[in-house]
Amino acid sequence: MNDSVLKTLTVSFLVCLFCSLIVSYAAVSLRDMQNLNKLNDQRIKILKTAAIYNPDQSIETQFTRLTPKFVNFSTGDLLDSYGDYDLETYDPVYFSKQPEHSTPIPASEDIAIVKNKENIGKIYLLKDVDNNLEKIILPIRGYGLWGTLFGYIAVDKDLNTIKGLEFYAHKETPGLGAEVDNPKWKALWDGKSIYKDNEVKIEVIKGKVDPSNQLASYQVDGLSGATLTSRGVTNMLVYWFGDSGYKETLRNINYDS
Amino acid sequence: MTVKKYKDVLIKPLLEENPITLQILGICSALAVTSNLSVTLVMCVALTSVVSFSNLFISIIRNYIPSSVRIIVQMTIIASLVIVVDELLKAYDYETSKKLSVFVGLIITNCIVMGRAEAFAMKEKPFISFLDGLGNGLGYSIILIAVAVVRELFGAGTLMGYEILPLVSNGGWYPANNLLLLPPSSFILIGLMIWGIRAYKTDQVEPNEFKISSHHSAPDLSKRELNV
Repeated sequence: MNDSVLKTLTVSFLVCLFCSLIVSYAAVSLRDMQNLNKLNDQRIKILKTAAIYNPDQSIETQFTRLTPKFVNFSTGDLLDSYGDYDLETYDPVYFSKQPEHSTPIPASEDIAIVKNKENIGKIYLLKDVDNNLEKIILPIRGYGLWGTLFGYIAVDKDLNTIKGLEFYAHKETPGLGAEVDNPKWKALWDGKSIYKDNEVKIEVIKGKVDPSNQLASYQVDGLSGATLTSRGVTNMLVYWFGDSGYKETLRNINYDS
Repeated sequence: MTVKKYKDVLIKPLLEENPITLQILGICSALAVTSNLSVTLVMCVALTSVVSFSNLFISIIRNYIPSSVRIIVQMTIIASLVIVVDELLKAYDYETSKKLSVFVGLIITNCIVMGRAEAFAMKEKPFISFLDGLGNGLGYSIILIAVAVVRELFGAGTLMGYEILPLVSNGGWYPANNLLLLPPSSFILIGLMIWGIRAYKTDQVEPNEFKISSHHSAPDLSKRELNV
């Protein structure tokens, strides 16, 4: 009696209906909290990139030490306002997906496979107590092996020295490409130089950096077993520190200070 | 009588009929999530709640499930519970949920959940099915926690992230055993546990499925009769 076609269909339908209701209720009612978690996680990464993160303090308070600025990629200017958008909540990655706020990158220039770049980006400035610039935190993204890596890189006030690198989202293989999250590897970036004769020279090499090499300060150890992820990180840096990235911006900051 | 039955259903899976060491189920997640005790604990809570509630719900509707689609109905219920658990984790324990990544979703394919639904909840009443799920979840948890304690303590010198054995690399005296942080080490640890439990409870030892013959030299073909 349980196996009649009508009964089979009815039971399947009711089970699916009931389960989908529960799943949708859970997804919708918890969405705000999950989004807040994601935002906080991203903020923690920004604070860690700036090397000012303190787990005992509230994220909001610590975040006030950073000054967000809009960046006009076509001129390299830093802006305090852009249309009606709020500087605090502006999300460059979201705007890179809006056709009216972004520009497709020509394939020949798109070494990091960013595809669409927002017209107006957002960076963070870290200033010391006397309001002097200490570090600049720049968002970067680019393709690794399985997907786009999203992260932040901190540049020192000399505008040529890396102070920190963190990724907040990626899809790389655990144990191989996902070692971009390994604290030991991330620590290798501190003090590396970016530009040599106005060209982006920083690079993740294959194998270990030879300290006697004169380019050693532009090189970071490769991730073993993750050549494509390592190459992706290099491409990302070359793109974002290049002419279509933050190069002009960094130069403008240099003139200002 | 019934109280004893309830007790048996809850207690037996802990050691005597442990899903991991006796039935060798759920090994995949036991390998993947046991390098860190706090992550393991969250995984144990997640699996235990999924297996208990999937048993409960499947048992409630067991008399209405047509046998032709019973596996699909079970899977639907299990998958929904897993998604709810995953959403809850993302909302209330984001850090751990990031570390567990796909392994919460993979509870759907954990043989313990499906096995208890099919073997127990389809035949028994709701409350006792719930207890059976709880017992099996706890049985799974005991093994996972034991593996995780050994792996984290001797692999990283910490427990729940607190330093117990100061590592040489941090100026202490304990040289960490990195092998324990790699997934294959749980194979070895679980194997040792199965050995230990079966040496103590010999009734768990399975009879040989086939006998290994004693070694003898190959038959001498030259002396074979020709049947042409």
